[in-house]
Amino acid sequence: MSLVTVDDLRVAFGGTPVVHGVSFEIGAGECLALVGESGSGKSVTARTLVGLTGAGSRVTAAGLTFDGQDLTRLRERGWRRLRGGRIGFVLQDALVSLDPLRKVGKEIEDVLAAHTDLSGPARKARVVELLASVGVPEPELRAGQLPHELSGGLRQRALIATALAAGPELIIVDEPTTALDVTIQAQVLDLLAGIKAEGRSLLVISHDLAVVARLADRVAVMKDGVIVEQGPSSEVLTRPEHEYTKKLLRAIPAEHTKGTRLSGTVPPAGATGPRRPRGEVVLRARDIGKSFGDRVAVNGVSFELRAAETLGIVGESGSGKTTTARIALGLTPPDTGAVEVHGRPWTRGDRAQRRDVQVVYQDTLASFDPRHTVAKILAEALDVAGVPRERRRARSIELLELVGLGEEHLGRRPLKLSGGQRQRVAIARALAPSPSVIVCDEPVSALDVSVQAQVLDLLEDVQRETGVAYLFISHDLGVVHHLCDRVLVMKDGSVVEEGPVETVFREPAHPYTKELVAAIPRLTTAV
Amino acid sequence: MNRIGVWLAVAVLTVLVLAALVPGLFTGQDPLAVDSGATLQPPSAAHLLGTDENGRDVFARIVHGTRASLLLGFGAIAVALVFGGLLGLAAGLGNRIVENVIMRLSDVGMAFPELLLALVVITVAGGGTGNAILAIGVANIPSYARLVRAQTLAIRRAGYVEAAYALGLPGPRVILRHVLPNAVKPVLILATIGVGTALVAGSALSFLGLGTPPPEPEWGSMLSTARNFISRAWWYGLFPGLAITLTVISVTVVGRALRLRSEGRTG
Amino acid sequence: MKTLTFIGWRLLAGLGVLWGAATLTFLVVHFTPGDPAEAVVGGEGAAPTPEVLAQVRAEYGLDRPWFEQYVSHLWRIAHGDFGTSYRLHTPVTQAIGEQAAATVELAVAAALTGLFLAVAIALATAGRRRWRGLASVVELVAASTPTFWLGIVLLTVFSFGLRLLPSTGGQGFASLVLPALCLALPIAGVLGHVLREALEEVLEEPFIVSARARGLSDTVVRLRHALRHALTPLVTMTGFWVGALLGGAVVTETLFTRQGIGRLLVSAVNAKDLPLVLGVVLLSALVYVLVNLLVDLLYLVIDPRLKEAA
Repeated sequence: MSLVTVDDLRVAFGGTPVVHGVSFEIGAGECLALVGESGSGKSVTARTLVGLTGAGSRVTAAGLTFDGQDLTRLRERGWRRLRGGRIGFVLQDALVSLDPLRKVGKEIEDVLAAHTDLSGPARKARVVELLASVGVPEPELRAGQLPHELSGGLRQRALIATALAAGPELIIVDEPTTALDVTIQAQVLDLLAGIKAEGRSLLVISHDLAVVARLADRVAVMKDGVIVEQGPSSEVLTRPEHEYTKKLLRAIPAEHTKGTRLSGTVPPAGATGPRRPRGEVVLRARDIGKSFGDRVAVNGVSFELRAAETLGIVGESGSGKTTTARIALGLTPPDTGAVEVHGRPWTRGDRAQRRDVQVVYQDTLASFDPRHTVAKILAEALDVAGVPRERRRARSIELLELVGLGEEHLGRRPLKLSGGQRQRVAIARALAPSPSVIVCDEPVSALDVSVQAQVLDLLEDVQRETGVAYLFISHDLGVVHHLCDRVLVMKDGSVVEEGPVETVFREPAHPYTKELVAAIPRLTTAV
Repeated sequence: MNRIGVWLAVAVLTVLVLAALVPGLFTGQDPLAVDSGATLQPPSAAHLLGTDENGRDVFARIVHGTRASLLLGFGAIAVALVFGGLLGLAAGLGNRIVENVIMRLSDVGMAFPELLLALVVITVAGGGTGNAILAIGVANIPSYARLVRAQTLAIRRAGYVEAAYALGLPGPRVILRHVLPNAVKPVLILATIGVGTALVAGSALSFLGLGTPPPEPEWGSMLSTARNFISRAWWYGLFPGLAITLTVISVTVVGRALRLRSEGRTG
Repeated sequence: MKTLTFIGWRLLAGLGVLWGAATLTFLVVHFTPGDPAEAVVGGEGAAPTPEVLAQVRAEYGLDRPWFEQYVSHLWRIAHGDFGTSYRLHTPVTQAIGEQAAATVELAVAAALTGLFLAVAIALATAGRRRWRGLASVVELVAASTPTFWLGIVLLTVFSFGLRLLPSTGGQGFASLVLPALCLALPIAGVLGHVLREALEEVLEEPFIVSARARGLSDTVVRLRHALRHALTPLVTMTGFWVGALLGGAVVTETLFTRQGIGRLLVSAVNAKDLPLVLGVVLLSALVYVLVNLLVDLLYLVIDPRLKEAA
């Protein structure tokens, strides 16, 4: 018999339905993955199982049971016994899912106090056992620390320990690896696999098909509040039936997608020809270094970027890749070394040079003045570029068309645009002064995979049309492999390996690169 | 706050501004006309809100007092905004030394409670409506200086300011086009709410006999006299205070609504 | 160790503020129009002889250069000598000392009442749809009501209407109830509003949802997790509530004809008794600095993460 049955589940917030009739089952010891992009209703669906959909929500279902118990008839007291006791729930980001003002051990003790008869000292001992069991070294020490004193990986483990504490039959994990570096991601996935091996059921919520491929027995793909396809992982991921699943799988950037169009759209007329050959060196960093106090952020980094070329910089958080980008942009002066644009070092007040290197950020919304419309944002960039006032509107429309938007977007404010549209406007703004280089700092990290696919395709189209060079900063090795010609691998402020992407990813020389490449989550088979 | 409440508050404020500009619209009675035959009369058809100890019409005095009371609130905040704003901008945009001097001075200013600092100004300069405005305004300068500086600094660190620099926009234009307009708006909105507290502080001065002097009608000074007749004339002590409270509530509701709207748009 | 350095810096900053406050009082005395010597001898109508004025000038050091006067001004204040009241002809510290107990009693009673009301109402209503609307209206009205009018209303109802409580005087608990309530309610309105908004923000945090997902009850979640976070904005409002208590005391004591520093201050302002006014103001700055120091320490207890930041 199934542990969980969900039949025709519907959830509405204030009269607006967000989940329209979802049905699935989870067997004992089975792992089901609920996959979808933002707004697909996957998290809300998972929360109905613990009765935490929040104020103003209305949940109805033909059947919603856990171990034979009807959840739709449950009252608050009954829910409390279930939550943490029989169903463990792990929210996405451990940094914000553990109370920042309480010791990690206390959070685990709360669960034991609520669901077991253990005495105070017995609870403390159990906390240490639990932390050890999820692979936290020095558990006694860690139990007495606050969440911010733990690294991201340890924090995630501690959060999982709170969910495991009372020995629940089902664990729900919501985006278990999203905020983590790729090597830590792999460790957390191993930990979850271990929990499954103990015979517990798992419900994994994720936007990342590659992540769930490693863990799930069955996959359900959600879109706009309905499950469009579900079945055994091996089938869904290798022989998808539904158009949407196919599109999602095709959109995942990786080694084999290089040179293909991720979004499956036809390129615009100007971008159909062969790629432009690499040109002269447009940006050169010579042995740059930067420290903040005692901390060395960047240490002796050198690179060359040629016209029409894409150079990737990959590294995990704290590797110094963002500081390198800011130095390349001329926004942070380096302590040692220099960055040259067309052979000239950054010079304060040289506006022609300033215009020649532009930037696209991850958080585009923050990079637009909230009071300005798209028209004003582009007009300002064109003004800086010296385009006379009367030609700005026409040129703005040209730029918008180049990035796949149109005149109708001129009057909008950034807040009224979707994430993908905002990124397009940001690219249009960067293109306005006709720069030689665009520094892209994690430009697709905040986007859903299908939108990411469109933006990556757009970047390639723009390069074919204009010959602009990209310095592309990313933590996502798949994206870098797909887009970049050459790559620098950074760790602790230094470049540990560099070369053409194919060479670096296929035959990594440095042990750290090997570790990184091995940790990349992959779909079992190429599609 | 719901929509009806906000519109109600806007309506109250409109009436108040009208009463301050053209009091004759609301009452035909003379707020200074003494009638020794009708002292401390309870509310009636002839005297809607009763009369005071000199037989003057309380309603007429409240209507005619609107001007002085609103002037106290708005005037004081204007003083604080202009001087505090300039100091705050200097601290937020200037170099480290300027910033430190201004901020340490404001630390000292913040150590004095608003009303006490105002009392010092009154002791030195004397009472009266003008000096009360000045006193409350001066007492509020340090907090507005801090507010404006904090806003300016926050915006200077915003992503779009860096983006403007990266685009190649010259420094002064970044400040004029992006920093100032974005910093000013939230400050103005908070100042709206500040008008309410300034009005309370100003009428407190009048209540202590240090603001608007009698027989000039002003809500605080009316209450100052009314408190001698609490046992005999409840209407006299009730209505002027109700006017103050209603004004403060309306100003606060409108200010909060403006804040919510602006935050909703930017965040 | 870090905590000690932090306290050291805060102490130093507090001393700096007091120094600034003392300097400000010096400037006020120095730049006030009129001859301070005449004020000492007894106001405009006294018409003292030039010899008497010269004697007063010599006695108060008014004939010496400004920087000598400044240094001796600071020196005297550092030793607790705030000068002599023009009007009472007694030392300012003595005049204040005689009135201090009554004001402290009032302020403490009001502070505790206000804090209790704010926390209780915020905890009970935050995030609870049916109650929060009502609570926010009550808070708004309380926060918008001027102390002096609230006092008049309380007196009308409880002293003259129901005859339950005395209207004036400073003897016993019964005479403290109305003034303390009158001072506490507007403060409770403001603090309650801030606290409730902070609580509602915290209750949306993922770690609160996580705590609920562990099977904790709503009450436990509010008390154990949410309250501590919501206290932080309350603590940053020290300036507001110290100011509201001291400023409110001036009004409340006048209205209820209670003994206290506030009434002393009002009579000093009316008599243009500058040393006494400045003495009270300096004292309030001292109270502010001390309270702030305590609050900074409290902050470290509430949020241990700040220890590292400090």
